[in-house]
Amino acid sequence: MTHDFEPQGHVVLDSSDISRALTRLAHEIIERTQGASNLTLMGIPTRGASLATRLGDKISAIQGSPVSVGAIDITMYRDDLRSRPARALLPTTIPPEGIEDRLVILVDDVLFSGRTIRAALDALSEHGRPQLVQLAVLVDRGHRELPIRADYVGKNLPTSRSEKIQVNLVEHDGIDEVRIERES
Amino acid sequence: MKHLLSAADLSYEDAILVLDTAKQLAAATEQGVGKLPPLRGRTVVNLFYEDSTRTRISFEAAAKRLSADVINFSAKGSSVSKGESLKDTALTLEAMGADAVVIRHNSSGAPHRLANAGWISGGVVNAGDGTHEHPTQALLDAFTLRNHLRNGEGDLKGVNVTIVGDVLHSRVARSNVLLLNTLGAKVRLVAPPTLLPYGVEDWDCEVSYDLDASLEGSDAVMMLRVQRERMNAAYFPNAHEYSNRYGLNVTRMNRLSESAVVMHPGPMNRGMEISADVADSQRSVIVEQVANGVSVRMAVLYLILGGSESM
Repeated sequence: MTHDFEPQGHVVLDSSDISRALTRLAHEIIERTQGASNLTLMGIPTRGASLATRLGDKISAIQGSPVSVGAIDITMYRDDLRSRPARALLPTTIPPEGIEDRLVILVDDVLFSGRTIRAALDALSEHGRPQLVQLAVLVDRGHRELPIRADYVGKNLPTSRSEKIQVNLVEHDGIDEVRIERES
Repeated sequence: MKHLLSAADLSYEDAILVLDTAKQLAAATEQGVGKLPPLRGRTVVNLFYEDSTRTRISFEAAAKRLSADVINFSAKGSSVSKGESLKDTALTLEAMGADAVVIRHNSSGAPHRLANAGWISGGVVNAGDGTHEHPTQALLDAFTLRNHLRNGEGDLKGVNVTIVGDVLHSRVARSNVLLLNTLGAKVRLVAPPTLLPYGVEDWDCEVSYDLDASLEGSDAVMMLRVQRERMNAAYFPNAHEYSNRYGLNVTRMNRLSESAVVMHPGPMNRGMEISADVADSQRSVIVEQVANGVSVRMAVLYLILGGSESM
């Protein structure tokens, strides 16, 4: 999202909020997975993949052992492929351990309709059969259209459908922040 | 992207998009995903008026890996051998609901006609027309070059490619000159004067008659097949002499720089334009070209058929 003049909307999470939320998510993941052994974080590109990397770094810093991190592109599994010209594909990286029989946590920036996660589950199943799949998101904004929920949520943000949630990350946007914008 | 008729239709951004898409699709194949879903419910027709094994199989494999339905239509043993025109065949395919037609034809310009005559509504991919163009071959060559010389990223700025042999009958050479220029590479054509097309001096490349003088400084040497089936006159005295002057043998290969690769679009005439030990050497990326062909054709089909139809 580029702002030509005055940025619309307002910041709901700043850089330190995001960092604290990710730290809490890391602790929750370790607690609920009993030490995070056998864990693989699979981020959904673009921003979900960066968040997965950050979460992986935090978990391995706490645990003192490396965490397996990958990325899974969902483009070809979307249910609205035909609604726009062909979209560019993004990289899928499967860690050397694979995902077979592992505890996989999908990571994304915003959970909205749930359709992206449905696509991610389909994409994931092409690469193996995890023992368990969970979902971690930085922001849950509600308005689900499928029976999907997140296991780990950084921040619940009640929104109206006409609003837009914009997650900016240093890796892509030069700044860490989450904004709510009114659709013009 | 609605059609792919000529390598000249591809802008720099288009070409990079095809190569980057092919890279992700190749990675999926490498990761063991044999089948991808984006073309489910789409029908691709392979309309082949000329003999071809690798290109047809390559397009068929590409379409099937993307879950498209594939109909193979070859002129031999079909209504075409009873005298059906391209137009009537096209109308038939349209009535059957073809979403894209991959066409190989012995007449230059047939894909263009098929795409623009209003006979069919789907996309058209040129899989080789006469002595004109073969854009997916150029794309797979660029993809192979990029993997070897540019670590699989970006363009081919500053890469020196030498294309050797029967340029006159080669649609591969024409498409390659166009695409390689778009991607920033420098192309030199090497051939006997009789095997250079009329007007080659207007192509965006250097032309030489001397292979030995062109080896040094080449990052890639692309050997073209001597297309005897298209030769209706004596273009060179005999095979032995051609091979002596324009064939790639080990002595010549050893004069190439350490990192240079040897390419051939296939099928090869071993012993003619390329010696068997060169074809089977470490520097030869010929088998890789075939594998890359499937990835690149998947990318083209995905970009033409993978989104909404109106563009």
